[in-house]
Amino acid sequence: MSENLVNMLADLKDKEVMELVQQRLDSGEDPLKILEDSRKGMEIVGQRFASSEYFLPELVFSGDLLKRITELVKPHLKQEVTPKKLGKVVIGTVAGDIHDIGLNIVDFMLDVNGFEVINLGVDVPAETFVNKVKETAAPIVGLSGFLTPAFDAMKETVAAIESAGIRDKVKIMIGGGQLDDGITKYTKADAYGKDAMVAVALAKGWIGAK
Amino acid sequence: MNVQKQWAEMTWEEKRQERFKQWLSVPDVKFSSPEAEKLYIERGTRFAKAFQMKKPDRVPCILPVSNYPAYYGGSDLRTVMYDYDELKRTWRKFLHDFNDSDVYFGPAMVPPGKALEAVDYKLYKWPGRGISGDTTSYQCVEGEYMKADEYDALIRDPSNFWLRMYLPRVFGAFEPLRNIPPFTTIEEIAIMSFVSYGRPDVQGAFQALLEAGRESMKWMAAVMEVSLEATQRGFPGIMGGLAKAPFDTLGDTLRGTQAIMMDMFQRPEKLKEAMEKIATLTIDSTVASVGSAGAPVIIMPLHKGADGFMSKKQYETFYWPTFKKVIMGLVNEGIMPILFAEGSYNERLDIVKELPRGSVSWWFDQTDMSKAKKILGDKACIIGNVPTSLLMTGTPKEVKEYCRKLIEVCAPGGGYVLSGGANIDKGNPDNLRVMMEAVKEYGVY
Repeated sequence: MSENLVNMLADLKDKEVMELVQQRLDSGEDPLKILEDSRKGMEIVGQRFASSEYFLPELVFSGDLLKRITELVKPHLKQEVTPKKLGKVVIGTVAGDIHDIGLNIVDFMLDVNGFEVINLGVDVPAETFVNKVKETAAPIVGLSGFLTPAFDAMKETVAAIESAGIRDKVKIMIGGGQLDDGITKYTKADAYGKDAMVAVALAKGWIGAK
Repeated sequence: MNVQKQWAEMTWEEKRQERFKQWLSVPDVKFSSPEAEKLYIERGTRFAKAFQMKKPDRVPCILPVSNYPAYYGGSDLRTVMYDYDELKRTWRKFLHDFNDSDVYFGPAMVPPGKALEAVDYKLYKWPGRGISGDTTSYQCVEGEYMKADEYDALIRDPSNFWLRMYLPRVFGAFEPLRNIPPFTTIEEIAIMSFVSYGRPDVQGAFQALLEAGRESMKWMAAVMEVSLEATQRGFPGIMGGLAKAPFDTLGDTLRGTQAIMMDMFQRPEKLKEAMEKIATLTIDSTVASVGSAGAPVIIMPLHKGADGFMSKKQYETFYWPTFKKVIMGLVNEGIMPILFAEGSYNERLDIVKELPRGSVSWWFDQTDMSKAKKILGDKACIIGNVPTSLLMTGTPKEVKEYCRKLIEVCAPGGGYVLSGGANIDKGNPDNLRVMMEAVKEYGVY
């Protein structure tokens, strides 16, 4: 039954998934196991996205499905679960840019892949990034930006992290519409990720997770 | 003779020819010099030939600038959206300083800030209103401005949906318009028809509209003044207007990205039906917006059909059918759509090549140009694509070398225009000047 849920979720069979979750809850199974299976299913969704079998519509749909599962399971949980996380990542769209489609997909994929994501939202000033990194001691920062003004805003954000004296404590990745490796150099970030799964791979590489 | 009927009987190629002829005929203006008049014809002909896949005298170049003149002239977007004298001054300075360009874009894409404020525009944020004052662009706010259960309302009566459901959500001042009845309910004996227009809140909405109108007229005068000067200096307009693919109309500003992607799974038939409806509306309004003497060229910025956004199959199912319908609706009226594929379109080239030869031009952002030339080279003019990252952070030498390579790959046989992958607002002006140098040095046929 466990494998069924994992695969059905990966195949985005929403009706079957919801029925099976209900069945397993009714049979008195540990709700944590259901959530664990869902996470595994989402991992497969991420892999399929990385191999261009799935695209944004599948990510959006699977995200919605996961939300529905969680809502169904939640009342059955005996205590708040705080699953062990791989590490913290502070992300946000840089100052002067209000685009968040890419940002939220990165948030979602990092989350289902085991990271604790601190999402600062859009149009985030450099000092807000600095303060949050100091406060959380997150070892990874993700800067998002869709438009060309993001080039300079990212450069300024990296510079602010540098002058706060914490540059050597964090790895910084950038992502968004008009970016490329040239902009990584320009901004003095550590890496550019072309999509959400590259962001996951970069983050895992930096913290030494498999 | 009945001209209307004659037009209807023409093929799209004949209509195209007629429109291009009108467009390239010398306008009734006082040119600044005999040289300017000569340049007017030269520039227009260069683009007309390239768009129609012929060999002009040399490769034309579209400098990839949007709000660039504001910053080049020492001002910024926030200022020129409100101060029309500054708008004129900066755009004129760019016109004068870049007078050896092939094309010039007037300030029509800089919206009048006060008009947008008068109607409390919520769909966009701009510097000083929602985003930091030094931001160089206005930006769309993602949202679900149309609810999932409103597809039928849109499909049944789009005007009513727009006026009474959609517009009140994107213009704060239009909120009271929910209270006026649809125009189709106005009775033969108009007794009750106008009662709701007496409500103070509805009257307030119309006051706001009037104010936006007055402000827009002032703005329009400034835009026209600059455009006239550009014409007098020998720059024909080459963009007649804008249109969108129906999937983007729904996905950008009605349902929003997230919601339209859910709709692809949960209500695919409604989505398709709505896009069919929007396609018809788009064709009608776009054809009407192209004047008889203006440039018969419509630019279509494309968003959510790009590589990575959806699969090839999803593109063929959801994006392409109504996009193609709009394209052909314009083509059949003699209009040349320039399809501006933001992001990359590598995986779409095999699909879009089915359009009739010479019917459209493709402007690519991050698409592989050698692949595009190979697949579309004998089908359509291609335009592009110096990366904005290079334009904004590279040296003039690097930019020029990039242009040289692009010309080498894309120019053979004609049907190529050098430009950026997308437009820039700031950066080294020499990086623009070397683009013009490159077409003159490497792009001569």
